Amino acid sequence: MEKTIEKFQFIFLVAGIGFFALAFIVSGVVTVNAISDLPYTSLDEMSQDVSPYFIAMSNQYPEQFETYYPGGPTSENYREALNLGRNVYIAEACWHCHTQQVRPVANEDVRFGPVSTAAEQQHELMLPQLLGTRRVGPDLSRESGFRSNDWHAAHFYNPQAVAPTSVMPRYTWFYDGKAPNKKGIAMITYMQWLGSNVEQQ
Amino acid sequence: MTVAVQQQKMSINQPLINLGLVKAHIIVGFGFLIIAMLMGVFYALQLNNMYPFPGIEFLSPGRIRMIHTNGVAFGFIVNVFLAGLYWAVPRLTKSKVLDDRLGWLIFWVYLFIILWTVVGILAGHGQAVEWGETPNMFSPNGSILFPIDTLVLVGLILIAIQFLTPIFKFGSKEPMYVSLWYFSVAFIWVILTYAMGNFLPEFIPGAGGATFVGLYIHDLVGLLVTPLGWGMMYFFVPSLLKKPIWSHAVSLLGFWGLAFFYPLQGVHHFIYSTIPMFAQFGAVVSTVAIEIMVVTVFINFFMTLRGRELAPVTNMPIRWFYTGMVFYVITCIQCAVHVQFWAQEFVHFTDWVVGHAHLIMFGTFGFWLIGITTDLWPRVLGKQNWWSPALHEWVFWMCTIGLASMFVALTSAGLVEGFLWKGLAPWEVSLQSVRLIWLFRTATGLLMFVGILLFAYNMYMTYTRPETEEASVGMPAVAPAK
Repeated sequence: MEKTIEKFQFIFLVAGIGFFALAFIVSGVVTVNAISDLPYTSLDEMSQDVSPYFIAMSNQYPEQFETYYPGGPTSENYREALNLGRNVYIAEACWHCHTQQVRPVANEDVRFGPVSTAAEQQHELMLPQLLGTRRVGPDLSRESGFRSNDWHAAHFYNPQAVAPTSVMPRYTWFYDGKAPNKKGIAMITYMQWLGSNVEQQ
Repeated sequence: MTVAVQQQKMSINQPLINLGLVKAHIIVGFGFLIIAMLMGVFYALQLNNMYPFPGIEFLSPGRIRMIHTNGVAFGFIVNVFLAGLYWAVPRLTKSKVLDDRLGWLIFWVYLFIILWTVVGILAGHGQAVEWGETPNMFSPNGSILFPIDTLVLVGLILIAIQFLTPIFKFGSKEPMYVSLWYFSVAFIWVILTYAMGNFLPEFIPGAGGATFVGLYIHDLVGLLVTPLGWGMMYFFVPSLLKKPIWSHAVSLLGFWGLAFFYPLQGVHHFIYSTIPMFAQFGAVVSTVAIEIMVVTVFINFFMTLRGRELAPVTNMPIRWFYTGMVFYVITCIQCAVHVQFWAQEFVHFTDWVVGHAHLIMFGTFGFWLIGITTDLWPRVLGKQNWWSPALHEWVFWMCTIGLASMFVALTSAGLVEGFLWKGLAPWEVSLQSVRLIWLFRTATGLLMFVGILLFAYNMYMTYTRPETEEASVGMPAVAPAK
């Protein structure tokens, strides 16, 4: 034994593969299996009911919609905007500074809204998950309807204009001049979607 | 330890080791460290609202931050570790690595992958996996032009073949030295971890995906950087001190404790999240358990120092190593405390965690890699010593003071944020309250950055200047073995 435990085969198989597989099963597979019966919602299903915020934007920026979302606030365009909004959220690494989970501690339910559940996160916009591990800015999982479209439009262009102490960067490439372009409309649509699948207080 | 003695007897002129590969990996590693630290300074400036390139899409701070973290992990740490492996593995296994041409192939492919990653991230193809933002074809932003994760996996398999071949040849016949235990598992662990963390979250939504992201974040530190780091310490410390490690039994305990408990902890990055509670409790228990193992390794190395207490003062690599170990034990004790549920209520999501991450990645592994380079750089150049040992002292103190004050600043900022958030202060108040701390943090980062620039300058001068005969003070790093 004294010799075996210091030989390559034993270390490689037991520690290298065995212990990793054990942890993979105990921490990962068992955990995922425990929530595997929660129903999953695809983006197609989520975009059936077009958000009033998306419709409002089509009235406010008709030329931009003509260019980027021809056909107006249809389900297909809404789906495209939600998907693009989530993709931009990942590409700009918004999730490095904003979380999408409300914890049951530290008065977070008072500040942000209802505590997150595993069930509400089983949808295509959480694939990959965007729970986040750091909050430079506030949590966004209850953002829907919390601010107006105009507030978001001003905020993405210049955060300090509406929140003077903010340290958020400017996202001027979401705009053609002063009107939101495809990305800008998608981001506002995504912000106004976040948490709309949860009953608000 | 006979192996340690054998290492000393081997001359650097033996063809056993490809010095060119060691040199190339060190140069590229420190090149990426400078780039990554510069990105860190830029990002810190954003938090001061002083970002130098506002409103430029391809230099957006969010994208810059991904280059900071990934550049440190894959650009700096992996490259300099590869240099250390090309130096240590042939000595420990008494045979060459599989193939020098494969070594150069890995070097160029890996360099290309990292540069292409930078392009991909700046072009907006990042992946939503913390520390694995390297573009993935299967992610929502994925592009067939940037199959980086797949390429990295191929690269990691090539690296494993390169080093596991001599380790297998040697270790399947006779017992291996401690370093090789760590190296044997690190190569397979990183392949499994990388495949798990970068691909599974693209197919499992919500809390389930978060479980695997948690495992990945933790395993990248625990199953790649930590085993390679300790393997290097078990090799370099005895050979520089010219005495064996204190206790072989404690080495065994430390290795098997790490191997068993480390992979089980990943979920502790998502305490109080929507991941099932049993997984969170399990992660906390195993996190506390591993701290016992950490203390044994720490005791083992500090007992090794017995009788040579002044070595960290007189011997520069040993000083980097042991300072790193002190930071390591601080990080690990901190980890056992702040992983508790009562602490997570306050410190989760705050700058506390950022301080913790810098302490372990720069304070421990960065210091160790700088220490390894301190020892290896003159050797691979065939020189007696560094161009300026005095400048090296400056580098050490700039990095140590910079890092320690950054840690204190971020930890206190984290506490301020955590309590203000729980106290329901308006969000602006929490930002205003840490504004000065963030300014101070930028200054500490700059101090470390300038330190590393001076280190690189010293490397360059050592490389180009012909050796002078004057006696070098304070750096008997490469004194000839008696």
